[in-house]
Amino acid sequence: MSLELLILLATPLTGALTLGVLGARRFAPELNVGFSLLTFLAAGALAVRVVAAGQLLVAHEQFFIDAFNVFLVTLTALVGLTTAIFSRPYMRVELEHGRVRPLQLRLYHSMYQLFMTTMLVALTTNNMGLLWVAMEAATLSTVLLVTLYRTAASLEAGWKYFILCGVGIAQALFGTILLYFAAEHAIGGEGVSALLWTHLNGVKGQLEPAVLSLAFVFLLVGYGTKAGLAPLHNWLPDAHAEGPTPISAVLSGLLLNVAIYAVVRCKILVEGSLHSALPSQMLMGFGLLSVVVAVFLLWRQRDIKRLFAYSSIEHMGIITFAFGMGGAVANFAALLHMTVHSLTKSAIFFAAGHAAQKAGTQLMDQIRGLITLSPTIGWGLMMGSLAILGMPPFGVFASEFLILTTAMREQPWATPILLAALAVAFAAIFGRVQPMVFGETTAKRLPHPPALLPVFVHLGLVLGLGLYIPPYLADWYRAAARLIGGG
Amino acid sequence: MSAVPLTLQLLNFCAALLLLLSFAMLSQRRVVNLVNLLAVQGGVLLLATLLLAARTGQHHLYLSAALTLGLKVILLPWLLHRLIRRLGVYWDAEPLLNISGTMLVGVLIVVFAFGLAQPISQLASTATRNAIGIAVAVVLLSFLMMITRRKAMSQVVGFLSMENGLFFGAMSATYGMPMVVEFGVALDVLVAVLVLGIFFFQIREQFDSLDLHHLEALREEAAERGED
Repeated sequence: MSLELLILLATPLTGALTLGVLGARRFAPELNVGFSLLTFLAAGALAVRVVAAGQLLVAHEQFFIDAFNVFLVTLTALVGLTTAIFSRPYMRVELEHGRVRPLQLRLYHSMYQLFMTTMLVALTTNNMGLLWVAMEAATLSTVLLVTLYRTAASLEAGWKYFILCGVGIAQALFGTILLYFAAEHAIGGEGVSALLWTHLNGVKGQLEPAVLSLAFVFLLVGYGTKAGLAPLHNWLPDAHAEGPTPISAVLSGLLLNVAIYAVVRCKILVEGSLHSALPSQMLMGFGLLSVVVAVFLLWRQRDIKRLFAYSSIEHMGIITFAFGMGGAVANFAALLHMTVHSLTKSAIFFAAGHAAQKAGTQLMDQIRGLITLSPTIGWGLMMGSLAILGMPPFGVFASEFLILTTAMREQPWATPILLAALAVAFAAIFGRVQPMVFGETTAKRLPHPPALLPVFVHLGLVLGLGLYIPPYLADWYRAAARLIGGG
Repeated sequence: MSAVPLTLQLLNFCAALLLLLSFAMLSQRRVVNLVNLLAVQGGVLLLATLLLAARTGQHHLYLSAALTLGLKVILLPWLLHRLIRRLGVYWDAEPLLNISGTMLVGVLIVVFAFGLAQPISQLASTATRNAIGIAVAVVLLSFLMMITRRKAMSQVVGFLSMENGLFFGAMSATYGMPMVVEFGVALDVLVAVLVLGIFFFQIREQFDSLDLHHLEALREEAAERGED
């Protein structure tokens, strides 16, 4: 097993145990940041190694790292680190406001690291069964975090999250069983190896199309539920709005990405077996439906975190649609969009979290004049919203532009729908954010200075990606896009 | 059809029993009995796994049978019974659809499930391929139970029964998943029940009841009115 990978997976796991044992010490948040930093460094080292030496297949082929997932691993570790930095003052304020007890903070820190472990295992594993196990474990580790505040609304959100994702993920298990069945049929009683993605990818041409198309339906519905695709998106806004903000940031920035990753891995296999446009059409259909549903629901939101949760559904829809179109450009754009969405959305949640803390409410009507009280929070929220709405020169503009132009060329019927949806989303979100940032202030001072560095680091990266994608990064995206295209 | 071996006949009998148990669960309103039915379902699953192991000589099936015995027959029902006693939930409320209506829908679901499983059964080379349709039916019937019940506890029993159905499906189509996956799934199920246990206490602390009616405030309309 490669050392980098071992450190990458062992660090958050050790962190979960250590923080669980140590409990609610004063330095627990710092320790959380420390473990996240180590994870990030390991992810960086792993990325360097994979970029230099090509893909990696280790631990009896149980772990597989290629250009596609190593970029998501790095992104996951980065957002994990910045969220840990953000959560340090944020959770201390929550503690002093009496919303959480010290004992709950222990659970929070431990589960945060466990969640990171499950995300990283899901991304790096080569075994489709383990991927399923890790995805389910990710739900379980965050259910109790969504209900951390023990309010009626948060309990409801947690229950919805558990049951909907549980049922969804059960569909994915059935899909995985069908996949295993088809593989065993093709490879012939090799047992364990029949669930390894690399083996499946090797024989995908021989897999039985009838079974695989059925499997794909179940896998898409299952992992799609996790990614917040309509019509099974109901859990997402509740879980995002009722849990602590750092959890909203990692759910939106990381969990959704990993779920999309699982869908794409399945799509590569199924496409190779079916030789038809069925998987692409299904992805495009679900993607477009999610975009439209989310955009209409955006109008009705009054809670700041729910607003941006619906925006996450919209963006997951766009990404799914782009992967559905396929082809080098669309895949490239989808990967770029995953990156910039994850960075921007977590930055917005950081800013929105501090704003809600200052105003003492998440209701947008009652948050006013952020700019006079804290220019950094105000500008952070404003810039973040502009970035997520696809304003140039931010990176979201670049990826959405690529997706739209590809759609015009390949799926012209979808372009007006996408454009209209983006316009509606702009009106809905900008109309809400503008009075929150400017206008009369109502907010109060916080006992701990907010950590705004992560907000601007993320937005800076997104801005950078919008202006200039460094050649090595572009190569990396292209290599990943090629992998997804099956080349 | 004269020379169907005894083990195979018994296996098919187990499959039929599982389907029957699913219907029994649909019609049952006492939560304690639901958990007992779940334990019996686990027992039948155990028997089926042992028969299959004896027939095919696949050793990992014995391990998986041991896992079933420990988890599904003993540990989970015990945990659920403990929860029921501590929380004092014995009866489910009138389901959203009355029992006879649910049963009728259930019959239609079974027909649909067999249709769905047709292409898989034709390809399967396992001895138990006829059982795949039943496994799909069990999964869908559990799903139906989760939709029609109001009490959190019944929904959880539905969830676990769905997992049993999936397990049976994996067994009859492919003689079970690789061991590492099976262990992972079992671990997830166990953790899920533990998490739910904690969760139930939180819900009760908040609402003094486990009726999911209380958990309906967070719809869009409520969010619009600005309720927290």
